[in-house]
Amino acid sequence: MSEIVKVEHLKKYFPVQKSFLEQLFARKMSYVKAVDDITFSVKRGEIFTLAGESGCGKTTTGRLIIRLLEPTVGEIYFNGADITKLKGEKLRLLRRKMQIIFQDPYASLNPRMKIVDAVGHPLEIHDLAKGKEKKEIVLEVLEKVGLTPPEQFTNLHPHQLSGGQRQRVALARSIIFNPEFIVADEPVSMIDVSLRTALIDLMLNLRKDLGLTYLFITHDLAVAKYISDRIAIMYLGKIVEMSNKESLFLNPMHPYTQALLSAIPIPNPERKRKRIELTGEVPSAINIPQGCRFHSRCPYKRDECSKKEPRITEVEKEHFVACHFIKS
Amino acid sequence: MPLLKIGSLTVDYRTSRGTIRAVEDVSFSLEKGETLGLVGESGSGKSTLGLSVIRLVPYPGVIVKGHVKIDGKDIVRLPEHELRFIRGRKVAYIFQDPMTSLNPIKKISAHFAELIRTHEPNVKEAKALERAKTVLKDLGIRPERINDYPHQFSGGMRQRIMIGLATALNPDLVIADEPTTALDVIVQAKILDLLESLRNAYGMALILISHDLSIILERCDRVIILYAGHMFEHASSTELHRNPRHPYTQGLLQSIPNIELADQKLAAIPGSPPNMLNLPRGCRFWPRCSYVMKICRTKEPPLIDIGHNHFVRCFKYSRGRAKS
Repeated sequence: MSEIVKVEHLKKYFPVQKSFLEQLFARKMSYVKAVDDITFSVKRGEIFTLAGESGCGKTTTGRLIIRLLEPTVGEIYFNGADITKLKGEKLRLLRRKMQIIFQDPYASLNPRMKIVDAVGHPLEIHDLAKGKEKKEIVLEVLEKVGLTPPEQFTNLHPHQLSGGQRQRVALARSIIFNPEFIVADEPVSMIDVSLRTALIDLMLNLRKDLGLTYLFITHDLAVAKYISDRIAIMYLGKIVEMSNKESLFLNPMHPYTQALLSAIPIPNPERKRKRIELTGEVPSAINIPQGCRFHSRCPYKRDECSKKEPRITEVEKEHFVACHFIKS
Repeated sequence: MPLLKIGSLTVDYRTSRGTIRAVEDVSFSLEKGETLGLVGESGSGKSTLGLSVIRLVPYPGVIVKGHVKIDGKDIVRLPEHELRFIRGRKVAYIFQDPMTSLNPIKKISAHFAELIRTHEPNVKEAKALERAKTVLKDLGIRPERINDYPHQFSGGMRQRIMIGLATALNPDLVIADEPTTALDVIVQAKILDLLESLRNAYGMALILISHDLSIILERCDRVIILYAGHMFEHASSTELHRNPRHPYTQGLLQSIPNIELADQKLAAIPGSPPNMLNLPRGCRFWPRCSYVMKICRTKEPPLIDIGHNHFVRCFKYSRGRAKS
């Protein structure tokens, strides 16, 4: 399988706004290190998931890849070509190939736009179709996302739709250019449980029918397990563990992954598990701990952990872990 | 006498577009120290039901029928000034969003002092703060942080403080409405552990409201499944998990992923929840139900007792069929 997206040593630091006086006296700028040196690739046709708690940098990574944010350092490759510095017309053309779906379908659709205009808007921006022609294409994609019969939806406004339907509209808009790659940022977390499965199934079917590749971003590891081929667990801007999902769930190696998995509720009242307790809370991304960034909370920490940062290494075939004490 | 007894409770929202019956004919009771889970999707009436217990249903909501008895006293008919002895002291409420439920311009100490001294006016401020510090310590927060403002705490810590405020007066019942929905999974587990340990220590009863059936099954003794304002199923967690009877409950259980199962196949429930202003005739679930019968489209099914303290609102279990 070929790589569709590859990122190397990607970093994104956001400068922290300070007051004038603080700026005068501060020795150096401080930064929120949202993404701090990550490297991974997504294979064509797979669903690659970035998972982690809020503030781990998963959303920032997704936005960096489709160039909604400028990386501080690092390279992004799409189909083998470096797209890190693309600008203007070239970037615009790239956008036809990579799209994004956001978490909140209540915020991602303009409340004053009819569905036909919202979904067809990209066609107009890219000067590909308008009027009747646009409508034809819109009808076609609405059908693809299961909003049938599509004629019933074109003249509605977003407020007339349920959350699940809105997310389908967002999905329709994202596939209107027949993209190759879609970043799906928590697309089902605001959707009611009874509608969620149908939406996930739709995304899986679209992948098959349209040959899509997804970068799926989620905090919900149960959903990640259901949908993904491979999963990367992020903590404070870094990938701590990455592998195919079977290996990750059967044999989680990083202490953080283990703790995360043990905290997920199991829908079975007769199953009692041992939970791995972590001390404290996620440190601030402005003051990332020295050494291993997880050491302040790690139940297995030793002296070494606070001194040296572990490198992510392949411990088993295709299973990568960033921890000093896990070796192949 | 049960701690809480709700009988045929019906709550309407009288909106300009018509009356929405958010909760209809709900009855259940809760013993001291018990944990009950209310599960439902948005619009199922779970929060309205929770708020009814302390008569805090927001305008334009009205309790139109039924009773809510706490220690035998019907709070639906109680005058407002007597409700103050119920709210906070007998029944405490924890809201979903810890970011908006604390006053941003008041220190944590002021929150506790106000709460304690409103209900126990004879307690001196210093004494109240002493008590508050003990509460904070129980919650795993350094007592000296009582002088901090809400924004100095993380979301998980704020929810701890909310739990502290809710339990400071040793209520008999705590209602937690999606207490962990805004929180990450590790923090969520800790908050739910905290509620469990407080319950064990003080013997209070707990109503946990959530859209997440996994949490409810893991943490509650009994479960009520709500759909479009109706109680669809009511059973112990174990029973509900082993023998889910309502097609909706079965659908829900098949649509939640379980990380412990390999190669799990999820099944989607077709369609979407009904518009509350325009409910289908008959059973509210029939347009989405794969077992729909003729009677379901015309008549509303009653809540049927199928034994083992298990209740289902579905015609599949009516008459002779229930016993087979």
